[in-house]
Amino acid sequence: MGTGTNIGRVRGLGSAHHGAMHWWRQRLTAGGNIVTMVWFVVSLFRLPTLDHASVMTWLQAPFNAVMMLLLIGSVFYHFRLGLQTVIEDYQHEGSRFVAIVLLNFYTIALAAIAVFSILKIAFGAA
Amino acid sequence: MARNPGRPLSPHLTIWKWGPHMLVSILHRATGVALATGGAMLFTWWLSAIASGPDAYASFSRYVIDADGAGGLPMVTTLLAKIAAVGLTWAFFQHMATGVRHLVLDVGAGYELRTNRMFAKLTMVASTVLTLILWIWAWRN
Repeated sequence: MGTGTNIGRVRGLGSAHHGAMHWWRQRLTAGGNIVTMVWFVVSLFRLPTLDHASVMTWLQAPFNAVMMLLLIGSVFYHFRLGLQTVIEDYQHEGSRFVAIVLLNFYTIALAAIAVFSILKIAFGAA
Repeated sequence: MARNPGRPLSPHLTIWKWGPHMLVSILHRATGVALATGGAMLFTWWLSAIASGPDAYASFSRYVIDADGAGGLPMVTTLLAKIAAVGLTWAFFQHMATGVRHLVLDVGAGYELRTNRMFAKLTMVASTVLTLILWIWAWRN
């Protein structure tokens, strides 16, 4: 028998131990964002120009390409969790369901385009 | 009635006044939403323009980065893009500063009224100063 909530005791199941996952991953990706985003902003502003040749050269360097992939993973996951919290605060029932589905489509589609672009640039097809 | 000003005012639905902690709380949410929508879309658009080759990037650049002397629409959109870029860098620094504030609060520190108020104000000072440094530095180079 669990010692948690009344309903938990009735069911005899206790906590699923997944309650803190959303919260923890938001913090974990926040740490990842600080590292990758500071690197990105500083690198972007240090580029001599923003013409095609110089951004290509910059993104084709293996370190920069890997950092960009890590950035996309951390930042996109972080904003997916953050926007979920915003939606859950203001939307309820049916509209919440629709908004969460759209949020998942938005995040994954944008991440796919961004990752594909980085790989295409890094592997030199452009 | 005499009230000890050192004691916190209990949150109430109708009796409250703005404080820096409320302002940075809603700013954290607003900047987060701005970065997740405008920032993420601009970032992805930029990446896909680079990946699509020099010609595609040239048209992206003409409307977003540098109108290159062209008048009309590119002149208007590059000006708007510059305002958006300054806004997004400020939003990034503000979100990062209030994010660090959240991490400090998460470990149970910084809840004393005076400390909390000071840290909240500090996030806005930091974001403004960092944005100014970044753009003045970019403009001088």
